Amino acid sequence: MKLDAKIPEGPIAEKWSNYRSNVKLVAPNNKRRIEVIVIGSGLAGGAAAATLGELGYSVKCFCFQDSPRRAHSIAAQGGINAAKNYQNDGDSAYRLFYDTVKGGDYRSREANVYRLAQVSTNIIDQCVAQGVPFAREYGGLLANRSFGGVQVSRTFYARGQTGQQLLLGAYSALSRQIAAGKVKMYNRHEMLELVMIDGKTRGIIARNLITGEIERHGAHAVVLASGGYGNVFYLSTNAMGSNVTANMKAYRKGAFFANPCYTQIHPTCIPVSGHYQSKLTLMSESLRNDGRVWVPKSKNDLSKNPNQIPEEDRDYYLERIYPAFGNLVPRDVASRAAKYMCDKGMGVGKTGLAVYLDFSSAIERYGKAAANTQNIDNPSKKEIEKLGKEVIESKYGNLFEMYQRITDENPYDTPMKIYPAVHYTMGGLWVDYELGTTVPGLYATGECNFSDHGANRLGASALMQGLADGYFVLPVTIGSYLAGEIRTPQTDTNHPAFVEAEKSVKDNINKLLNIKGDKSVDDFHRELGLIMWNKCGMSRNAQGLQEAIKEIQALRKEFWNNVYVPGTADEFNPELEKAGRVADFLDLGELMCRDALNRNESAGGHFREEYRTPEGEAQRDDENYTYVAAWEYAGEGKEPILNKEELTFNDIELKTRSYK
Amino acid sequence: MKLTLKIWRQRNSNDKGKLETYPVDGITTDMSFLEMIDVLNQQLIKDKKDPVAFDHDCREGICGMCSMVINGRPHGPWEGTTTCQLHMRAFKDGDTVVIEPWRAASFPVIKDLVVDRTSFDKIIQAGGYISVNTGNAVDANSLPIDKTNAEDAFDAAACIGCGACVAACPNSSGMLFLGAKVSHLALLPQGEPEREKRVLNMMKTHDDEGFGGCTNTGACEAECPKGISLTNIARLNREYMRAAIGSEEEVR
Repeated sequence: MKLDAKIPEGPIAEKWSNYRSNVKLVAPNNKRRIEVIVIGSGLAGGAAAATLGELGYSVKCFCFQDSPRRAHSIAAQGGINAAKNYQNDGDSAYRLFYDTVKGGDYRSREANVYRLAQVSTNIIDQCVAQGVPFAREYGGLLANRSFGGVQVSRTFYARGQTGQQLLLGAYSALSRQIAAGKVKMYNRHEMLELVMIDGKTRGIIARNLITGEIERHGAHAVVLASGGYGNVFYLSTNAMGSNVTANMKAYRKGAFFANPCYTQIHPTCIPVSGHYQSKLTLMSESLRNDGRVWVPKSKNDLSKNPNQIPEEDRDYYLERIYPAFGNLVPRDVASRAAKYMCDKGMGVGKTGLAVYLDFSSAIERYGKAAANTQNIDNPSKKEIEKLGKEVIESKYGNLFEMYQRITDENPYDTPMKIYPAVHYTMGGLWVDYELGTTVPGLYATGECNFSDHGANRLGASALMQGLADGYFVLPVTIGSYLAGEIRTPQTDTNHPAFVEAEKSVKDNINKLLNIKGDKSVDDFHRELGLIMWNKCGMSRNAQGLQEAIKEIQALRKEFWNNVYVPGTADEFNPELEKAGRVADFLDLGELMCRDALNRNESAGGHFREEYRTPEGEAQRDDENYTYVAAWEYAGEGKEPILNKEELTFNDIELKTRSYK
Repeated sequence: MKLTLKIWRQRNSNDKGKLETYPVDGITTDMSFLEMIDVLNQQLIKDKKDPVAFDHDCREGICGMCSMVINGRPHGPWEGTTTCQLHMRAFKDGDTVVIEPWRAASFPVIKDLVVDRTSFDKIIQAGGYISVNTGNAVDANSLPIDKTNAEDAFDAAACIGCGACVAACPNSSGMLFLGAKVSHLALLPQGEPEREKRVLNMMKTHDDEGFGGCTNTGACEAECPKGISLTNIARLNREYMRAAIGSEEEVR
């Protein structure tokens, strides 16, 4: 199939305004009749549902949590980028566009990224108008900080809880539309099938998670905003409920899955402590503004108290290898460097899988500055330390507290121990410029699509993309499809397609419940996670990937013969929910390995051991792999079909990504 | 370490429910409280018994989903900590731990430790927002906001909506939650145009949903995992009086 990205004509800076001026509109009297379903209530879904409601559409929004305010966007810590140039440090839409394309290792679509950079400024305005309490300077104006991979300060933040505050903003806008009767909210509901009639999306089948009731919901279009699939690794920084089920249902109905192998491993997470571990906790990238990453130079020092190791015996390896960006290199680079040091045997901590993140220099620097502003002459070392710790506390207090609670160590006095962990997935459903998938009437927004981050996402860009898609892009672009639907009556949910879809959902649930095997859902999930982490994780090779595909196939077979799901279909049954999700993760895991095996290059988060430069850095192959790999479902047990969208770069020159 | 767990089991909202006793073994101090429950549940599944249903999602203390009363205290013994961030270091070998759901008429039990908190959503829908449609905003820096006010607004906005305040309150009052939201928006100039209407409507819904009134016990503040201060209830009362007496807005 030929993939048409529907990129508008004209110079890159004018594409979006041209598009908006020419896109078809739906008149207010028709909007009232047109129904749109939104799956997910995070930044992308919540913002989209609220905005579609404001525009006058009749919206139904679904989330599996007990309230839309709890979607996993809430856990984002560090910040949101916007090309406001409030710091007068040379920022612009072009520079944000450039940084994002370069940061993504030249594997994203230029037109989409430029639009993202353009609307980034509107997001900040919108959020401030909603009452989002961003950090401010004493003059009352907004504050900024720096994030990895860029040399300007363009990140807006609300302490270490930026995601929470932005989501509460979107949730408040959504709540207003719920009160106005424009959005009907379905909490504790999970989408379990997409319904198509005559080749067009016409609704979904959802399960009421409290009663177990299977419900039919018709619509003129469906918007997926169901988040990322990091939990395929079992251990990740994602919430326990984050899943790929909506995406996989769409994939099986003909939506292409793009670049599934692009996964982001975040460099600064609290290391694994034991087998029982259920999730990993992120320590925001913003910490790398002030924290310095190091390991001991000598193996003899590995088990020493880090405070006893003198300056000259420490290897600040990021500053040494990447002097231009130092501790603020992009995530993929920082993660690989940490893995490299630990693989060399220089890792610290109980398991040897950790490096230090040290704030002592920052504490001293801030302490001296504070002493100076408070007119303290010749401050003592102790005074400086006290003042410096206060500054650090005001910036990162909640993160330091969280670290101490989990590890029982005080990071103000002892350097943090950190190790990379799965955090975000750049891959997702293939979408065109309008965020439409390959299935007519089905849209994908936020992390669940593939579009903007290429092979690696820069810090503070996920919140930006989620809100850009939800507030500013999708509500405009979906009009071009819905304008053609104004004559379509309300969907009849007694149509045979709904009957059949409902039956297949019920059959699948009964199948899971009736296996009555010996292993729990978590047993399978943990095994899948281990295969993925070892063979499709931070570094990959052809042999490992081939083995992984076979192992996952065997594990899937065992799952469908030996899983034990307690309880019944018509009650609140969390194990049943998990079983359905793990079944989809098993299918996705194989697809990810296939994609990783196909991509014979190293790009961003996808690092193939066979393809690296003599210095060990990632080696792209622009001649053969400057394309989006969009996988098409070919049927049960059949190999998926690879479709390619060639990426063309007119406004940015492809270069080797260097942070040295 | 070995523990004895006494856990509230209730099949559904119609069931009466009772405490059941479960011994657990092999618990380490590095585990989180929920990971300890995971260990129990895996054991129950191996024994083909019904695992304990509990709400949880992010497991990093921000989504507000987890909700357990542990030895009589919402979110357990550690100050300023959600259940998911509570670690087993807080307990010692041989301890008996009693685990119950939030108990409040406005939060009916769905199953075991899972309760229905949609009444909180309804309070927000009654006015916990600023009426600004997408695309209507002016440049963010055209409205400087006093840093102290912005910080106070943030402190209030940090509420995660978990409901521990209600579970802790002898009156099952939701006024700390309500006070936090009203304060957040009342402290910001953007919230000014709807200030009176907001507090009146939200208070009305709070009462309609069956939450009790505040009697200044302070248990809510003591148990709040995010340190939301009682000042917010004082501000809520001021805002309410200001709107009820000092404005033209109708008290419903």
